[in-house]
Amino acid sequence: MQIWVFAEETDGAPTSLALEMLTKARSLGDDIVAFLVGPGSAEALGALGAHGASTVYHLDPGDALPSAGAAAAMAELAGSENPDLILFGLQPTDRDVAGRLAARMGLPVLSNAVDIVIDAGSTSVINEILGGATLVETTFSGSKPHFVVVRPKSFTAEPGDGGDPIVVPVMAPGIGHAGSATVIESHAEESEGPKLEEAEVIVSGGRGMGSQEQFGAVEELAGLLSAAIGATRAVVDAGWVPYSFQVGQTGKTVKPSVYFALGISGAMQHLVGMKDSGTIIAVNKDEEAPIFGVADLGIVGDVHKVVPRLIEALRSRN
Amino acid sequence: MKIAVCVKQIPDPATPYELDSENHFVVRPDDQVLDDTDRYGVEVGLQLAEATEGEVVLVSMSPAGSLQGIRQALAMGADKAIIIDDEALRGSGALVTARILAAAIKSEGADLVIAGTESTDGYAGVVPQMMAELLDMPALTFARKLDHHDGTIRIERQTSGGYDVVEATLPVLVTVTSGAVEPRYPTFKGIMQAKQKPIDQPSCADLGVESVGSAGSKQEIVEVRAAPERAAGLKVLDEGEAHLEIVKLLEQAKVV
Ligand SMILES: Cc1cc2nc3c(=O)[nH]c(=O)nc-3n(C[C@H](O)[C@H](O)[C@H](O)COP(=O)(O)OP(=O)(O)OC[C@H]3O[C@@H](n4cnc5c(N)ncnc54)[C@H](O)[C@@H]3O)c2cc1C
Ligand SMILES: Nc1ncnc2c1ncn2[C@@H]1O[C@H](COP(=O)(O)O)[C@@H](O)[C@H]1O
Repeated sequence: MQIWVFAEETDGAPTSLALEMLTKARSLGDDIVAFLVGPGSAEALGALGAHGASTVYHLDPGDALPSAGAAAAMAELAGSENPDLILFGLQPTDRDVAGRLAARMGLPVLSNAVDIVIDAGSTSVINEILGGATLVETTFSGSKPHFVVVRPKSFTAEPGDGGDPIVVPVMAPGIGHAGSATVIESHAEESEGPKLEEAEVIVSGGRGMGSQEQFGAVEELAGLLSAAIGATRAVVDAGWVPYSFQVGQTGKTVKPSVYFALGISGAMQHLVGMKDSGTIIAVNKDEEAPIFGVADLGIVGDVHKVVPRLIEALRSRN
Repeated sequence: MKIAVCVKQIPDPATPYELDSENHFVVRPDDQVLDDTDRYGVEVGLQLAEATEGEVVLVSMSPAGSLQGIRQALAMGADKAIIIDDEALRGSGALVTARILAAAIKSEGADLVIAGTESTDGYAGVVPQMMAELLDMPALTFARKLDHHDGTIRIERQTSGGYDVVEATLPVLVTVTSGAVEPRYPTFKGIMQAKQKPIDQPSCADLGVESVGSAGSKQEIVEVRAAPERAAGLKVLDEGEAHLEIVKLLEQAKVV
């Protein structure tokens, strides 16, 4: 079974989702290949090898938006190498390449997978719908390769005993206008403290925090707990915090040990991004708020009272 | 500029939808609304059309029903709509959807194609990229800001850690996020005018797309089941002391 995993390199490392997918691929197949798009640092190649890729096809896109070129290069290679399965992550560049590649090869993609099952040669994918309340299992009935787009944090990344991979440089074939989009500038919007995807504790706030100034209480509590700051889309759309803080269906999927939901209603699209957290603590003044349906500790109360008192109590301990 | 905006009509997300127990397809009510995420694409299209004396054509593959969702977008100001509603399409996957939409867009000859980043009901999140490939266009995806100057489109493309500035020349496909613009509300005049605007309803055969539906999509739903539930825990009404419960839990979890 030959499985390819798409990997984008950012800041010198493959995305954490690429490593999660490689780990899963190891349990499904014996011939694991990564397709890396990015500068191809030794660190990135090493991480791919350690997580199970014996071969890495490497495409350096320069200043081109990589999607169209990468899809064309992958289609050529897949035509001669015949992989059984190609995995992509549910994140921007992966999605761009997956869609283009599938259309180019005329083969279906199953997206939003939380699990992949291979049984007697048939591949099926488990999807969550309705905010994770319902699972749908879909199988591929056509020819290979099968394309799957995987949700973050569906699998845990663990290095195996693989060494350095064989690196095969790949060029994007000439594809004309479709490949002509260029990246002019790149900007990072990182906050201080731990990254959302990796944090052990996350303090998230919603519209119930009231205003951008009052959202400061979320930041203060996060600072005290060395936690990452999260937010709902309502808060991001209001411009209180940048998009990189958003948790949920169209933001990040997180799985910390402790997740605070402060002034968050618990809409389906938010829940899919955080419901697998270890312990969920919610504060909401509406006792009917759906967030209480997943909270281990639900406080029915006003965030403007409960959060300052909590901050006070934590301060007095130190 | 001729602008095609892809919009979906979906069952009102406020009323939980049902799955047909036999074939697992979503049961579509007659009254469907405009997918909220598509209002942003319509707004971006209207602003560009206003700036270039262009035209906005809505393209949709959905059960037509009472056309309520499409009329919402026409009432915002779009000029006309193409809606593909064909019994043969039931159970179609992302690629078949993209083929149908691309064929309809090709028949119109658009310079710019606009879509949402993911739909509220389907959220495959790959249909626009597939269309771009089929239409041989670059795809400027996840735009949180968009400018047009002399046939060049420049966007701020959201990335997981920030944003990139990306550009391409027309013809091009763009996907827009909810941060890009503030969608307008239809005016009374807009609502009245929408009733007169043309709505084409071609069939798959008219568009020349074959092998559609579940079989043509080469995928099949085999099972739908309830996910293991996460049980709700302790619920405490705050009477001035509830924060102590949080401290206790944080101690147990060894966070403090
Ligand atoms: C396609 C699509 C994708 C989406 N993707 C995402 C996503 O990725 N992430 C996401 O978060 N959302 C997403 N959404 C939006 C989602 O549906 C909700 O609108 C959003 O999560 C609501 O945010 P909120 O809980 O902050 O606001 P609200 O729903 O307005 O909730 C505010 C809550 O605060 C409570 N409150 C108010 N004042 C106080 C107070 N003083 N003390 C205590 N509690 C108080 C209220 O009771 C209420 O429950 C998406 C929507 C769509 C259609
Ligand atoms: N059936 C459809 N009709 C019209 N537009 C669609 C359809 N499916 C997807 N789209 C467009 O593609 C975007 C992403 O959808 P999806 O890939 O289904 O998540 C949507 O926001 C729409 O703009």
